[in-house]
Amino acid sequence: MILYEFVDYATLKLIWWALLGILLIGFAVTDGFDMGVGTLLPFVAETDVQRRVAINTIAPTWEGNQVWFILGGGAIFAAWPPLYAISFSGFYFAMFIVLAAMILRPVAFKYRSKRPDPTWRASWDWALFTGSFVPALVFGVAVGNVLQGVPFTLDDNLRMTYEGAFLQLFSPFALLSGLLSVSMLVMHGGAWLAMRAGGDVAIRGRRFGTFAGILAIVLFAVGGFLVSSGFVEGYRITSEVDPQMAANITMKEVVKDGSAWMANYAAHPWMMIAPILGFLGAIGAVIGLQTSYEKLTFVCSKLSVVGIISTAGLSMFPFLLPSSSQPEASLTVWDSASSHATLFNMLIATAIFLPLILVYTAWVYKVLWGRVDEQHIETNNDTAY
Amino acid sequence: MELDVVGLSRLQFAMTALYHFLFVPLTIGLSVLLATMETVYVMTGREIWKRMVKFWGTLFGINFVLGVATGLTMEFQFGMNWAYFSQYVGDVFGAPLAIEGLMAFFMEATFVGLFFFGWDRLSARQHLMATWAVAIGTNFSALWILIANGWMQHPVGAEFNPGTMRMEIVSFFEVMFNPVAQAKFVHTVSAGYVTAAMFVIGVSAWYMLKGRHIDIAKRSITVASAFGIASALSVVVLGDESGYEANLNQQMKLATMESMWETEPAPASFNLFAVPDMANRDNAFAIEVPYVMGLIATRSLTKEVPGIIELVERSKEHIRQGAIALDALKTIRAAKGEEVDPEVRLAFEANKKHMGYGYLLVPFSDDPLNATEEEIDAAAWSTVPNVWPMFWAFRIMVACGFFFIAFTAALTVMSSAGKLDILRQKHRWILQIAVLSIPLPFLACEMGWFVAEYGRQPWIIEGVLPTAQAASNLSVAELLVTISGFVILYTVLLVVEISLMIKAIGKGPEEHEEDPDPQVARSNFTPVAAE
Repeated sequence: MILYEFVDYATLKLIWWALLGILLIGFAVTDGFDMGVGTLLPFVAETDVQRRVAINTIAPTWEGNQVWFILGGGAIFAAWPPLYAISFSGFYFAMFIVLAAMILRPVAFKYRSKRPDPTWRASWDWALFTGSFVPALVFGVAVGNVLQGVPFTLDDNLRMTYEGAFLQLFSPFALLSGLLSVSMLVMHGGAWLAMRAGGDVAIRGRRFGTFAGILAIVLFAVGGFLVSSGFVEGYRITSEVDPQMAANITMKEVVKDGSAWMANYAAHPWMMIAPILGFLGAIGAVIGLQTSYEKLTFVCSKLSVVGIISTAGLSMFPFLLPSSSQPEASLTVWDSASSHATLFNMLIATAIFLPLILVYTAWVYKVLWGRVDEQHIETNNDTAY
Repeated sequence: MELDVVGLSRLQFAMTALYHFLFVPLTIGLSVLLATMETVYVMTGREIWKRMVKFWGTLFGINFVLGVATGLTMEFQFGMNWAYFSQYVGDVFGAPLAIEGLMAFFMEATFVGLFFFGWDRLSARQHLMATWAVAIGTNFSALWILIANGWMQHPVGAEFNPGTMRMEIVSFFEVMFNPVAQAKFVHTVSAGYVTAAMFVIGVSAWYMLKGRHIDIAKRSITVASAFGIASALSVVVLGDESGYEANLNQQMKLATMESMWETEPAPASFNLFAVPDMANRDNAFAIEVPYVMGLIATRSLTKEVPGIIELVERSKEHIRQGAIALDALKTIRAAKGEEVDPEVRLAFEANKKHMGYGYLLVPFSDDPLNATEEEIDAAAWSTVPNVWPMFWAFRIMVACGFFFIAFTAALTVMSSAGKLDILRQKHRWILQIAVLSIPLPFLACEMGWFVAEYGRQPWIIEGVLPTAQAASNLSVAELLVTISGFVILYTVLLVVEISLMIKAIGKGPEEHEEDPDPQVARSNFTPVAAE
């Protein structure tokens, strides 16, 4: 009757660590170009029709894309409850700002075209820009903070106290990481516009995408240098850890260590694929944006996003959320997962529904494929966003 | 409710949840109505049904997007404001939320793009499939959310693990087929269907009063009233089922809904009208209907329904046991995984069922294990939610429910007899009532949410974890900032939403040559929204 015994607990934790990565990458790859396009909106479009061209390349699919984010949040809650509890409450204001931005964005998509009034439309353009740029920035800043360790403590009953302040989130390294996130997604949005938009919007999308891609390469290199040189200290578990252990978070010993975030790459050189993919993908996208191989360019940009996010995740493994105030309270893959049974039940649900999601999403994209240009907007004036 | 961190966190959650729940029921119901209308279009091939789908679809879209956007807040807020809750029950509560995304919301959100943008790219049948995917996704979404919520009301299939300091799943099957969740699901989606039906009826009645789009309005009323009467009956029947379940699992909720202080000999009478008096623990005034309460709550004439005072007495014993369990837990936690005295373990195992009640003493006593009688009395009385809002919110909801049954039944009779035109010519007041009734289902839904969730207080998980223990370690200042932020953002969005709705209704469906007397329709055009 106890089905979950078929997959051992440690394996399930690893699978859920990988699935968390896949969901976040799914979010960055799909909703990422939406955020890139939103951020580019004031720069690639001068007239109302041009803005609508940019918006309508993503109009029919942004809603589904955003669900990757909701699913990521749900998966963190279900599979890593302490991670969900501590990160969402610790980064309280940052989360509120992301939330406000992400509330404005869907509304802006839907309501912008409902009135012809230029002031009305300009306001929603701002909402779209803010709703895209702010989350892109804050997500990067959050990853920067996680890499540096977050100031929280846990008491005997696993009640969390956050000791930092909102402004402390914006350390130089965290800002660099935030800018990397923005430039990566703008590159991705530029590659999307090159492929899906027509006319001036596509041309400007290429130009800004190229610029953002180069910036992403530089920032990724600088970030990598800061981590590998020990400027950003990592964390290392010094006590013995049983991967099959129950979720007893504070029972290990952890130290800060300048080279800890590079240790996985030293021990498992194949993991270098991730940073290499990050660089090569971005280089490919930058070159591709100068050519007419638009689909290939977009694939390169996708691979770059996959590589850059994986790099951060792999560096930290098995850490999910290191604590700078009480290192032994750091959350790791081994000690902050849900129970064996929950991980198994959730895996079954994911194994059934994730493939289905990929199939119908692909079909919907196929149906709605095609270039959106100014002509398209004028003929579909009433139905387009 | 004090305006401390817990009080403000509750206020923020209640505000954002009630706001979210303004849009959700209409989304649930309209999605099914749209799919129904489009099915008629595909089966008959008559263009008018397609125009109906497009018109109601426009209104659906304006509403849908705010439901989606404000749903994000709900998902964030458990972690942001209720961190200890998330840590304590995430193992059980997180799974239905994640599955909601996987199974339901992804489908709904992906196909809604096709619904709006796929008309020229899909065959009629393919488009119909997309619309049904949206409707099914929306309804399944409600199912999983209510499985999560049902578990907060009736936490089955899980057990507390002192080693990990949280509730852990024992039977996912029990969580999924929790009778409270199932009753709530049907009750809530039916309420959504009634909301959509009353909305469609109200807007169509307005067109009939204005003499515009008569063909579309009549067809819409016919579909919506039939849909409405079936759902309104289902709401009340399943609401009754919820009352029955509440008597089994949440007796305090039921007793406060009825303002029933003393246990009466069976079968208990029903308070039609009452002025609850919290201070004297009695009703200052009440009009009673004999037998009815006993019948609703126990479905028998012989079983007693316990009153508030008796339930408080019962909880005192739970509180004493809970204090013992908490004390043992302290020793177990301090041992950090090492073996503890077997007697401590035994004391914990024997009393852990009521450990949640031990937490109730925390605000009243520094030393729960040796709490005085006064402290236990205070903790026991904290299990009673404020009676008068419970009593009246419930009655407003029920009154609305009976009105919906009567009104949709009357309209169903008239439309099936082909008498809708008489309304326009002779009985305009019925149409006027329909227009004025548009806000009522929204009111009833909000009241229903209130009774279900306020009635659960002081628990966040009934009998397991008190709300006061569940909040994040935030400051009052932080909460005031986010509450103000939500108030501003949400107010602006609500004003915009309503103005766009009114504008879209004022514009009306696309006119077509096959419509009767389009001349009349145009001359009566009165734009409502300022442009």
